[in-house]
Amino acid sequence: MRRRLGAAISAGWWRCLSVFGLSQKRWRSLPRTTRRAVKGLVWTGIGLLLVALLGVWQWSALVIAAIVLILVVPSWNRLVISGHRIGQWIPTIAILVLAITYPFYASSTTGVSTGLPQLPVFGTFPLMSTMVNMGIFTMMALGLNFVVGYAGLLDLGYVAFYAMGSYMAGWLASSQFSQVNVRFGGIGVIKGLTGIHISIWIVLLLAGMVTALVGILIGLPTLRLRGDYLAIVTLGFGEILPQIARNGDSLGGFNLTNGTGGISPIDPPGFGNWAHQHLGLPSNFGALGTTFDRTYFWTILVLVLLTIFCSARLRDSRLGRAWIAIREDEIAAAAMGVPLMRTKTWAYATGAFFGGVAGAYYASYNGSSNPDEFYFQISVFILVMVILGGMGSIPGVIFGACFLTYLNSEGLNNIGAWLNGHFGPGGSDVEIWHKPLDVPQYNFGIYGVILVVVMLFRPEGLIPSSRRAAEFHEGVREEYLYDVEHGAPISDATEAM
Amino acid sequence: MTAALLLETQKLRKEFGGLVAVDDVDFTVPEGAIVSLIGPNGAGKTTFFNMLTGVYKPTMGRVIFAGEDLTGKPPHAFTQRGIGRTFQNIRLFQNMTALENVLVGMHTRLRGNAIQAILHTPANKRSEQEARDRARGLLEYSGLRRKDEEIGRNLSYGDQRRLEVARALATEPKLLLLDEPTAGMNPQETGDFTAFVDRLRSERKLTVLLIEHDMRVVMGVSDRVTVLDYGEKIAEGEPKEIQKNERVVEAYLGKAALAQ
Repeated sequence: MRRRLGAAISAGWWRCLSVFGLSQKRWRSLPRTTRRAVKGLVWTGIGLLLVALLGVWQWSALVIAAIVLILVVPSWNRLVISGHRIGQWIPTIAILVLAITYPFYASSTTGVSTGLPQLPVFGTFPLMSTMVNMGIFTMMALGLNFVVGYAGLLDLGYVAFYAMGSYMAGWLASSQFSQVNVRFGGIGVIKGLTGIHISIWIVLLLAGMVTALVGILIGLPTLRLRGDYLAIVTLGFGEILPQIARNGDSLGGFNLTNGTGGISPIDPPGFGNWAHQHLGLPSNFGALGTTFDRTYFWTILVLVLLTIFCSARLRDSRLGRAWIAIREDEIAAAAMGVPLMRTKTWAYATGAFFGGVAGAYYASYNGSSNPDEFYFQISVFILVMVILGGMGSIPGVIFGACFLTYLNSEGLNNIGAWLNGHFGPGGSDVEIWHKPLDVPQYNFGIYGVILVVVMLFRPEGLIPSSRRAAEFHEGVREEYLYDVEHGAPISDATEAM
Repeated sequence: MTAALLLETQKLRKEFGGLVAVDDVDFTVPEGAIVSLIGPNGAGKTTFFNMLTGVYKPTMGRVIFAGEDLTGKPPHAFTQRGIGRTFQNIRLFQNMTALENVLVGMHTRLRGNAIQAILHTPANKRSEQEARDRARGLLEYSGLRRKDEEIGRNLSYGDQRRLEVARALATEPKLLLLDEPTAGMNPQETGDFTAFVDRLRSERKLTVLLIEHDMRVVMGVSDRVTVLDYGEKIAEGEPKEIQKNERVVEAYLGKAALAQ
């Protein structure tokens, strides 16, 4: 049925075109690139037309529809121009363009500008602050992906690195150590503040490096362990570091972390006055007013892009191959000359680096680093992002991180509001429950259900790497116990034919 | 045998709890030779192999390779010095392509740290390109032409064995340890493989140590044969001598067979 319909449409299509002087023969004689580009454009056009016919005439919806279409049109994907597979970059570019321009149609203070439509169920588009959080968590999830996704080491204490990075920012860019007075790099802080104030850009790098060092220190004793043991020990370290932070207000009389109060305020990023006057860059993100969030967002976007870049480059390098080899078969990897400890420690340190940078950025964005933020659930939350999206798959991890952070920050709230509005007390459809339902309260239960469902139906993750997909799908291929049973029916079948 | 010793073990011993798997074995492999290690099932051959590659640490005794004492070093140090191996039950990186498998084998022979990899420095790029070319060459040499992009698990059984050898060759070994390489092969494949091992020695100047059950292979290709039984070395010598050795026949077939 479907085939007949397709043939009919195809025949009609050629008849139409030949009226305009483009026969099938002439079309085929065109270069392949042109054909693919034209096909892509035609499909996009048809998609846009459909959107228009459906009555969604808002320009923003149109843009989104167009980008979604570009994603689904396979013609784009195979577009090759002078040997370069440009087509495969188009979805990436589309998403990037969408991300970069997002702040222009989503305002930071009042939620979302009127240009964006309300989505069914999910309500408004994510706020800018949520977008910043999504970026930060994406970076952390990509960091954890080095450890869990590439090297296959289960790390349940990733929050320790996050905390470490956050406190690095607290120490190096606040008035915490008021005994000393250090200022370095372009910062837009008011003159006369005591304490260490180093430009956040340097602090980010330092935080990453120190956290990587902490990762190595934690890794050296723990990475000798395998599987479950490693998980338990990392879990322990994930508790120890935040506990030190919580109780570090009087280490031998020295106030290191300010205890449960946390360190606040932490300097916002900025390029300092010189860069502000000469290059037009913001001197201090804190003083930006309404464009505050979007500057933070673009900054984290750059950081995320750097993380993606490093992830991809390292994955395809000698080191990345060694990580994957260890994940596949530790003994074989060792026998092929991969130094297990060093390679695993590298994975740990690399993961820690990005966790540290993300932590420092988060502290700078929040203006504080507070021990209450570093609890075990965060470790699990980041791990779930990696598993949900697809271990070892960069797009998967990004998706997992963005999706779960969105749900956590406002998605569940919006969904809850929608549910209550329709089925809650005085709901517009049917009143099923009579007390408002607090959906965000059940967040971890909901993530649990999502995880279980994903593991049942798509154990390799939502957007798996090709390697993982193979592992899960071909790994469960039915293997016959006896060759005889396998052989007999096949030979019968061939004879019958 | 006047050739220099490439590998030597001195009173090598491995105990698992109360079980003595390898019992004070003195063993030598001369450079350029093909040496076979045979013995009934459970004789400790694979345990012995694992000590020669650093997978197990010996309870006592020493492993000396090319004049250097490697006892107690981690496996990658053994590979670094030039001992390559395959496994009895194939241990490929199942979800990596054939090419990637071979590239992992080159790990110790390649340079380049994380920073260089991220920046794609010219040196790093060149080294990667060379490695890839070399890996393709090795695949072809091992009879896996045009299978670079196949995922390990999708290869046929014989090809998986070949890939394991290619991967071991990628470590640029001086000594290649093959653990029952012809297990599960048909006579035709076994014959090809024996010829291949011979070629490895003549073309690549490799020394080969073989664990093997197929006596045709052992007798056909080896210069020397060592026999293990219950962890002990019971005989050593040229294939012809071994065939006639009473203790060997006894170990394989039992005393009764000897009495007949």
